[in-house]
Amino acid sequence: MSVQVKYRIGKSIAFQGLTILLSVLCVVPLIFILVYIIKAGVTKINWNFLTNLPKPVGETGGGIKNALLGSVEVIALSTIIAVPVGILCGIYLSEYKQSKLAYWTRLSVDILQGVPSIVIGIIAYFWIVKPMGHFSAISGSIALAIMMLPIVVRSTEETLLLLPDSLREAGYALGMPFHRVVLKVIIPCGFSGILSGVMLSVARITGETAPLLFTAFGNPYLSFDIGQPMQTLPLIIFNYATSPYNDWHDLAWGASCILLLWVLLLNILTKVISAKWKVQL
Amino acid sequence: MESTIVKAVNYNSYFGANHVVKDVNIEIPKNAAIAVMGPSGCGKTTFLRGINRMHELIPGATAKGQILLNGTDVMEMHPIFVRLKIGMVFQRPNPFPNLSIYDNVIAGYKLNGISLPKSERDRIVEHSLSRVALWGEVKDSLTKKGTFLSGGQQQRLCIARAVAMEPEVLLFDEPTSALDPISTSKVEELFHELKKNYTLIIVTHNMQQAARVSDKTAFFYMGELVEFDDTKNMFTNPKDTRTQNYITGRFS
Ligand SMILES: Nc1ncnc2c1ncn2[C@@H]1O[C@H](COP(=O)(O)OP(=O)(O)O)[C@@H](O)[C@H]1O
Ligand SMILES: [Mg+2]
Repeated sequence: MSVQVKYRIGKSIAFQGLTILLSVLCVVPLIFILVYIIKAGVTKINWNFLTNLPKPVGETGGGIKNALLGSVEVIALSTIIAVPVGILCGIYLSEYKQSKLAYWTRLSVDILQGVPSIVIGIIAYFWIVKPMGHFSAISGSIALAIMMLPIVVRSTEETLLLLPDSLREAGYALGMPFHRVVLKVIIPCGFSGILSGVMLSVARITGETAPLLFTAFGNPYLSFDIGQPMQTLPLIIFNYATSPYNDWHDLAWGASCILLLWVLLLNILTKVISAKWKVQL
Repeated sequence: MESTIVKAVNYNSYFGANHVVKDVNIEIPKNAAIAVMGPSGCGKTTFLRGINRMHELIPGATAKGQILLNGTDVMEMHPIFVRLKIGMVFQRPNPFPNLSIYDNVIAGYKLNGISLPKSERDRIVEHSLSRVALWGEVKDSLTKKGTFLSGGQQQRLCIARAVAMEPEVLLFDEPTSALDPISTSKVEELFHELKKNYTLIIVTHNMQQAARVSDKTAFFYMGELVEFDDTKNMFTNPKDTRTQNYITGRFS
């Protein structure tokens, strides 16, 4: 083997090594975060932690029941608002991809995706909280729904665009009207993609704090009233971590750990579900 | 083979400014197999899709003139009704990938929200699959997905799906061009059976196929209907020089 060939093979191996090294480097931050938060938080999690309300400073045994249930309620509400709108919009974009309205909608949705979450929070504050006169869970849900929307729209659109036209034509040729082609052919065939878009958007907003600061605001008590302030996981972490008390810091670590596990679980579930429901074209 | 079922009167179709089908006049007799042949790009598919109003689904596509089904202009009927009367089978088999073989056959009822008693559904499925000579091959795997079948079986499943709606006319757009020779001959055999009950309009760019399966042949060239005659006459005694050239393989 000539020296030149050896040199080129060496370069190739070095390049390969570099890509491997950098890929490993990408995983490192996640592993550090996971290990650190789980170490700090997992010991704080127990039954009382999950089922008790926060206690005043100095009393032990406080929990995050209100934040946990509040988060579930706020997110469920956002999902109910964002998912139908987002899916229908995504269907429009894929079925009328050439129309002017589709062009402008696509552009707006992309821009919306880039709007910083704190700006969406401020808008929700001025448009909903101020007119209502007080903070409320529903204003937080609307702010989060606005953040979910672009993800749901674009993932629905991209999923449906991948379906071949021959599928739509099969439906039309059997005398199916447009709405039935969409509901009975297009959506079932793209279901797994649409569902995983929805789940990823939920995972994405679960930890959003900024829009909730001026909307859901937080609440030391248990509340299910969507017209009133509500505690959520990100807010309890924000409030307790910035407090000067050690046992409140512990609650914040525990809550962070729960939040992290929840997002992790959602991501894994998305993978499993989308594989299970996938329609083989 | 006396009465006319489909008739085109000065029929033209366009994609935007592109004039694709030019002034076609044709009378298609009932319960016959009609072959539509011609070089690729001459407008066979476009003409076929005009008959069941699939043409208008393409953005920018327009048409002029008339297509009459039993004397009524299809543009005056609801497109859904037209497509129930005139079934279509595509170039590539396109069974619904989310449905079982059974559900694919009755897709025209099921997906249209027409509910039938189970016994009636069973009857339609068995009857339609038998008509396309697929019943024996799939009767034990009716719950499997349609996409589980081979390409040739999928295409016969698509024919069964169209037959299940009991249309009057069946349109085929190069139904065997994606199939292997054995599957092709199976589909061709079906045409002899199917034309007893339906009028078949079969687009093909395969002359041998046209000669084998059809009673009459229409020859299209650059968007025009050049010649329409009994298949035997067409192949033995073509009148137009363009038909002669095509049949003798001088262009393809
Ligand atoms: N979806 C379409 N959009 C625009 N033009 C088309 C479309 N389909 C076909 N055409 C045009 O119409 C002409 C005829 O096409 P087609 O009917 O598919 O021919 P054939 O089926 O005989 O091969 C082609 O030259 C093509 O340029
Ligand atoms: Mg064609």
